Amino acid sequence: MKSHNPQLGYALEENRVPVVRLKNCLIVSIQGTLHDRQALQLQQDILAETKHDRSAGLILDISAVPILDSYLTRVLNNIAREAQLMGTRSAIVGMRPAIAIALVTMGLEFGANIETALNLDAALELMARSDSDEQREIDS
Amino acid sequence: MIRSINKALLDQCTGGAQNKDERMPITTENDISVARDAAMRMAQECKFTLADSTSMATAVSELARNILHYAMEGTIVLSRVSESGRNGIKVTAVDSGPGIENIDEILSGGYTSKTGMGLGLLGTKRLMDQFQVDSTAGNGTKVTAIKYGR
Repeated sequence: MKSHNPQLGYALEENRVPVVRLKNCLIVSIQGTLHDRQALQLQQDILAETKHDRSAGLILDISAVPILDSYLTRVLNNIAREAQLMGTRSAIVGMRPAIAIALVTMGLEFGANIETALNLDAALELMARSDSDEQREIDS
Repeated sequence: MIRSINKALLDQCTGGAQNKDERMPITTENDISVARDAAMRMAQECKFTLADSTSMATAVSELARNILHYAMEGTIVLSRVSESGRNGIKVTAVDSGPGIENIDEILSGGYTSKTGMGLGLLGTKRLMDQFQVDSTAGNGTKVTAIKYGR
């Protein structure tokens, strides 16, 4: 977040969503509903992290998110699109059924570049599988 | 005893003594969360299903965000309503911002702004059972929407 106000920067730092690297995946577990600024901060943090090192996949865990409105859906879409440009695949995991119903009712969609999985386990498996597929293609 | 508890619960939803409107000013990003949480709470108090509560809260979130984004400030009011035996929640979103010129186009789905904001209003309409927009350019916007429990 571009901020010349050190206090504001500190406050934002406090509420940052951690981006965790596990093996060659980036895992982001979003808790509760993100504020707009938190969402934009997360977008930047993920982008910075994908730049550092090759990541096979970005996993966005939203199992603790009670509500997804059009803004947050757009942010998640943008994160996935940016990650794709950086050579990282994305998966959204753990969507609550009530959110799925609301999203479909509203006509909101996730881009074709976002995969979905029931839970974190399934997503890690998905990423590991596709990563080894890719490796085989390179080797052959 | 049980009957009196039931009566109290019913009053809460249908307009008994506890039936109070919740009026929330929307001037900061945090107010969006406050309005959203209040909607979720009220929906659950009215025994909405989780899916309906989530839809209700999502709609309020969209309306609050539209206020903040387009008008900078406004008000969200949540009130309990009841019609032919069904309990519902009415949300009224009022602002004195620039108003919406192409409201018909937005609600027909033929328009989304560059930031995709048009989707919010159309989405709200789809999430709610009743939906009405009164808006004239330069005179602010008033959105009224109702969702009933199953």
